Amino acid sequence: MSDPILKVEQLKKSFGGVVATDSLDFDVMPGEIHAVIGPNGAGKTTFVAQIAGMLKSDSGRILFDGQDIGAKTAPQRSHMGLARSFQITSVFREFTALENVALSIQAHSGHSFKFWKRASTDADLTEPAQKILDDVGLGERALTLAGNLAHGQQRQLEIAMALATGPKMLLLDEPTAGMGTEESEQMRQFLDRLKGDYSMLLIEHDMDTVFSLADRVTVLVYGRAIATGTPTEIRNNDEVRAAYLGEDEVTAGA
Amino acid sequence: MLSKLKLSILIGSFLVLAALPFIAEAVDEPFYIDLMARVMIFSIAAMSLDFILGYGAMISFGHALYIGLGTYAVGILAFYEVTNGWLQLLVCIVGTAFISFILGLISLRTSGIYFIMITFALAQMFYFLGISLEEFGGDDGLPIDERSVFFEGLDMYDPWTMYYLILGTLTVTTFALWRIINSRFGMVVRGSHSNDDRMQAIGFPTFKYRLAAFVIAGVVCGLAGFLLGNLTEFLTPEYMHWFRSGELMIMVMVGGMGTLFGPLYGAFAYIMMEDFLSQFTEYWQFYFGPLLILLVLFAKQGLWGMLPGKEDMSDE
Repeated sequence: MSDPILKVEQLKKSFGGVVATDSLDFDVMPGEIHAVIGPNGAGKTTFVAQIAGMLKSDSGRILFDGQDIGAKTAPQRSHMGLARSFQITSVFREFTALENVALSIQAHSGHSFKFWKRASTDADLTEPAQKILDDVGLGERALTLAGNLAHGQQRQLEIAMALATGPKMLLLDEPTAGMGTEESEQMRQFLDRLKGDYSMLLIEHDMDTVFSLADRVTVLVYGRAIATGTPTEIRNNDEVRAAYLGEDEVTAGA
Repeated sequence: MLSKLKLSILIGSFLVLAALPFIAEAVDEPFYIDLMARVMIFSIAAMSLDFILGYGAMISFGHALYIGLGTYAVGILAFYEVTNGWLQLLVCIVGTAFISFILGLISLRTSGIYFIMITFALAQMFYFLGISLEEFGGDDGLPIDERSVFFEGLDMYDPWTMYYLILGTLTVTTFALWRIINSRFGMVVRGSHSNDDRMQAIGFPTFKYRLAAFVIAGVVCGLAGFLLGNLTEFLTPEYMHWFRSGELMIMVMVGGMGTLFGPLYGAFAYIMMEDFLSQFTEYWQFYFGPLLILLVLFAKQGLWGMLPGKEDMSDE
């Protein structure tokens, strides 16, 4: 069996008295989709921020591709092949879709102390960017300002930007957040197509998406992992049902 | 991209500027040559501020510091009878680059209101330093005995020569900043304005790019100071006072934040208003204030933004 691409050991983070991440052990195997679910406030986004390097952990280790990345900055982690998407859509609204993706490519094609040549017509950036937009199905919206895209398209653009960094692993923070049923289904199919090509840590509220995509599921409650297993195991776990799934059934219609 | 209308207005403005000395001479009002020379100097300064404020969200409340430093570079060297213009220019560029680098290193660790306050405080430190330099006139300032000497045949005392030198500098800096804003470097600065977390997540160590932008703005503003020292033949810490930094911010706001070219018109509008209103009253700002409020309320993108046509940064 190969080594996990991401391995988290005894990770901790608290804000004042609130423990957001509580002695968490977690791993993702190459090519695997490992989903993290949990009720609101379970610490899912904190967990992603710690792995992506936006929050400093109090203690514990994060190993990515065999290296301890705990001391590395977010940009350094991006260059190691770790890409994230944001729960709150974080595209550059005043740039076109193409410029958004081109920026990701630019970040990974040498330094940007280039002061003279126009970036928006630089084929070294725009051609690969257009290709990625075509791949995610946004090809025809390339020249639309990101702020003017429909919500679902902005979520797709989020992921296109992550893909454009040439990652080994994706950290996806609720890719279907705020989407309707149809859009969610499209996103699910899209992620399904990416499956196998990328290792993924998937944070998701939508249970259909989770159970149909994930190889393994970890349930997070108050920063602690109360269960890890295959979707079937998780579905049949009593503790999980009590903590989370039952509650979710009630609110699922909202 | 610039709309056709905006491009025409911009080119038209530069043509008018190029023709202005002839017109002023023809109507026997040479005073306007001097006035427009000042307008152009502050245009350079305001544009350099917009470069970091409008495009980089670095709201510097101490940008006039670099105007002051530019005049000191000319004045102090002239005081010691070093009038070689090239040498003065070198000292001005290296000096403003060094100081803006150090100040950027300190202030860019903060953002928002803290950044405003820290740039304000650092610039005020230099203002008081200037006051304490009794040798160079303290708070009274010091006349600069001789303008910069560049080469035989360039008479810096000729108003036309000064005027076209300033116009040339304005043209070059405008074009250069416009190129920079649209370059890869410019995209990083603008992206970090829009969403710095996202920029870091896609792999940009944004700090060093923001610092570089801060230094570029400082140096360009220093050039404005270099020209102002030569034009006014006077060195005074008053140029570094926070009030002057506030004026630059107003010029940027009036012209249009994040439009680059707008502040050229902002500086023009501000100085012309000052010139016009102060004919009637010493308290001209009393009348300028309400105009500014109206403009901010009804034209968020300033004068430049009132023109039809989509601007890179203004579209939402």
